[in-house]
Amino acid sequence: MIVSILHRATGVALSIAGLAILAWWLLALAQGPEAYLRFAEVATSPFGLFVLIGLTWAFFQHLLSGIRHLVMDTGAAFELNTNKRFAILTIIGSLVLTAALWAYALGGGA
Amino acid sequence: MSLGTSATPLGRVRGLGSAREGGEHWLTERVTSIALLLLGTWLIASLMFLPDLSRQTVIEWLRAPSGAVPMALLIIVGFRHALDGMKVVVDDYVHTEGNRFALNTLLLFLAVGGGAIALYALAQVAFGGVA
Repeated sequence: MIVSILHRATGVALSIAGLAILAWWLLALAQGPEAYLRFAEVATSPFGLFVLIGLTWAFFQHLLSGIRHLVMDTGAAFELNTNKRFAILTIIGSLVLTAALWAYALGGGA
Repeated sequence: MSLGTSATPLGRVRGLGSAREGGEHWLTERVTSIALLLLGTWLIASLMFLPDLSRQTVIEWLRAPSGAVPMALLIIVGFRHALDGMKVVVDDYVHTEGNRFALNTLLLFLAVGGGAIALYALAQVAFGGVA
């Protein structure tokens, strides 16, 4: 239940904020050094990082629950315990992937 | 179910969803989701493995076909999938026919417009109009 709602919420967040930021980033890139600097300043501010980390989590959560939906579309994994375990795994998976990615990105990896 | 038992199973299903149609839409949403599984992972992996995210590095990356082509696909498929997904949300929660049509039309314009702007910016970068 919660994972199904999360799938929608993260999908809406990615559609609006995710695509807007992608478009802004590409526009800033095309516009010139000053525009790119302005984007980078906002993106690396505490609020910018909060949004980017949130969107990373949204992407992984939407990706994993999306895979779950594709599996369920085939008629599999409807048995209650399997279904619940799969749902919980998407939450754990998205949190682990987000933490690993940002630990790498902020921890000198990139 | 007032259609009675003479209706075929298909006839009973047809037109009963909140959008009143949409087998093709349903399938497209899933096919684009598989494409985005690859393209989204590609974007994140690329951003992680670029030496830095300075403007010069990113421009060089998007000038190569190996960067520009997947990025163009990501934009097209991403905006399409977002539009398909948002339509499901609108169809589920907006029950007044006129409002639903207005909102879906607005989303269509935003998705096509946003996608076109992103593609234009990418083309400018990829084909060397910027330095």
